[in-house]
Amino acid sequence: MVGMVFILVYCLLGLIKMIYQLPIRDRNKFLLSLITPTLIFKNIKDILLTVLLHVKMWKKNPLLGFMHSSIAFGWFCIIIIGHIETLIYVPHRVKLFYYPIFFRYFVMSTHETVRGAFLCFLMDSILLIILLGIALAVIKRIRSSILGMRRTTKQSLINNVAMIALWSIFPLRLLAEGFTAGISGGSFLTKGVSDLFGNFFSNDLKILPSWWAYSISLGVFFVLLPWTRYMHIPTEAIYIMFKNAGIKASHPTKGYALAEIYTCPSCGLCIDACPMGTQKKNLPYSSVYFIRQLRNKNKEKIEEIANKCLMCGKCVEACPQGLDSVALKLAQRSLIKPNTKNDFSYLSRIELPKAKPEKVLYYAGCMTQLTPTISRSVTKLLDIMNVDYNFIDEEGGMCCGRPMLLAGKTYEAERIVRKNSDMILATGASTLIVSCPICYKMFKEKYNLPGINIINYTEYFDQKVKEGKLPLKSTNKKYVYHDPCELGRGSGIYKQPREIIANIGYLVEADESKNKSICCGGSLGSLTLSYEDRTHITDLAVRNLLFNKPDEIVTACPLCYKTFSNNSPIKVKDISQILVENITNNNKLS
Amino acid sequence: MIDFGYNIDQSSVIDMTKFDPTLYNKLIEAEPDVLKCMACGRCTASCTAGQFTHVDLRRCILLLSRGKDKDALKEIKPCLLCGKCNLVCPRGINTRHLILCILRIYKQ
Repeated sequence: MVGMVFILVYCLLGLIKMIYQLPIRDRNKFLLSLITPTLIFKNIKDILLTVLLHVKMWKKNPLLGFMHSSIAFGWFCIIIIGHIETLIYVPHRVKLFYYPIFFRYFVMSTHETVRGAFLCFLMDSILLIILLGIALAVIKRIRSSILGMRRTTKQSLINNVAMIALWSIFPLRLLAEGFTAGISGGSFLTKGVSDLFGNFFSNDLKILPSWWAYSISLGVFFVLLPWTRYMHIPTEAIYIMFKNAGIKASHPTKGYALAEIYTCPSCGLCIDACPMGTQKKNLPYSSVYFIRQLRNKNKEKIEEIANKCLMCGKCVEACPQGLDSVALKLAQRSLIKPNTKNDFSYLSRIELPKAKPEKVLYYAGCMTQLTPTISRSVTKLLDIMNVDYNFIDEEGGMCCGRPMLLAGKTYEAERIVRKNSDMILATGASTLIVSCPICYKMFKEKYNLPGINIINYTEYFDQKVKEGKLPLKSTNKKYVYHDPCELGRGSGIYKQPREIIANIGYLVEADESKNKSICCGGSLGSLTLSYEDRTHITDLAVRNLLFNKPDEIVTACPLCYKTFSNNSPIKVKDISQILVENITNNNKLS
Repeated sequence: MIDFGYNIDQSSVIDMTKFDPTLYNKLIEAEPDVLKCMACGRCTASCTAGQFTHVDLRRCILLLSRGKDKDALKEIKPCLLCGKCNLVCPRGINTRHLILCILRIYKQ
């Protein structure tokens, strides 16, 4: 009883604190979402699927999913059915929270009726399922690979105590109900226990202590809850409602971030996903430990992990709650104020280009200037199609600003964005082709270019191939396509590059591809990762790509292109390169 | 005094007695690879901001090691953090992190 009241009050206060800490605009978004019908349905559906049934965990590994669903959904069902039983048999006691949990203790012989027997049977079956789940949980702690997780989280003392309390609740309930089954009746499981023990010692003496043991373990669990990872149980639903309202983290520990931090169940699925984990020494930099340090408020570790992250997004994809730890790390980086400010006064002194007659603009970006094969291939293709285009940074140009943004310097990035926008708008173009996915994501998310259609070069060329403007010949080569982090997980473009490749040769997939593709290691997201560590990650990514024995690696990002070229046993090509190589002869310019 | 036929330009005299190494040591602690720089100049050559203004990472590192903090910071403030210097450095120095450390440690 104590435990229950305590936890309810704690959660209510926590909820108020979270909503109060949201910036006003987000608060209004959330309150509006509570009355929008489509969002109400989405919230209910998401809560059902994620909180109770843990759908994403089933997809990862059925045993893992069963383990979580059995305990979460099972416990939920037991509570509900317990309430139903109380409603039916002792309606005047329904208001007391604790009554349904100790139902068998208080109420006797309900199994005599068919309805009663059925309810007893239901309760016992669910208890059995929960006990199976707990058995799996114990196995997971001993040997996690059986449940499909190569590595799992290390837990602190208080978490381990709470975990053991949680594990004991159900066997103790079984014992308690078993001992009482002689008097108050039960079904196959509890009656079975009762008969089993009845042969050894008298049940009646064991009734009171076993119910107390059950009650104590419940109490311990609930009192410890706010200081453990099990806080995710009450917070999950609120977090889902915040997320569906479209709120994003703007500070690493306040408001929405607080909801995210408490929702993290410290399950450790992100540890296997993180590409840095290929080296044991970098395992402590996984997102789960970042969120843990945010909760522990360990400033040094928070900064260290936030600065090392590649920001590739694999952890966000693997997380069963979909927690955006990348945004949290970015918010953390934005908090650092350097002693010396940047001097961008030269930006205003740069002349704006004059309006050109060409309506198609090609923006290569900084990285492509270091990999001119890509820009040469793109311009060759545009020439072959006789497109009138303006290659805006042929003689060098302004950075898109995303690397500045990824370092957490949002204000400086905004200044770059504004200058670059002015320069692009001054050309009078209506289409902007971007060949670098880092720039593409920046343009799509942070730039405001009215009247300009921003298109990634893979989408553009795929369109042109389908329109017949780029007739291609076929080869027998087997190509594997590497999804760049910024193009795949970052912008959702998976189909078009694959369709281009399928028109030229045979497309094979890597072992982990599409939204699970492994970062090449060259990401500008990491501020502190060393060259040696990056090489290990590149090796991992290359091994992943070579899984189905391709002839060549094809990628759509200049950074990936350069990173893989240093480290691949087979040739690495950009997608514009293989297009140029396979254009039918009578269209080639001499 | 012997007349060798040339003069020393006072502005290029390095006076190590006027060099307070506290901040430089902090920089070395934060990014030890700064000592690896061999002043090849590839970073400066590939710099994006260098197309529009005088920013020069090689010069910045050189000046910091000589104790001329103010001039060094001037060379690095326009940096856009684009990362090209990172890719071209032959010694694999994490130049982006180095620049962020410099901006964080030194005060101008």
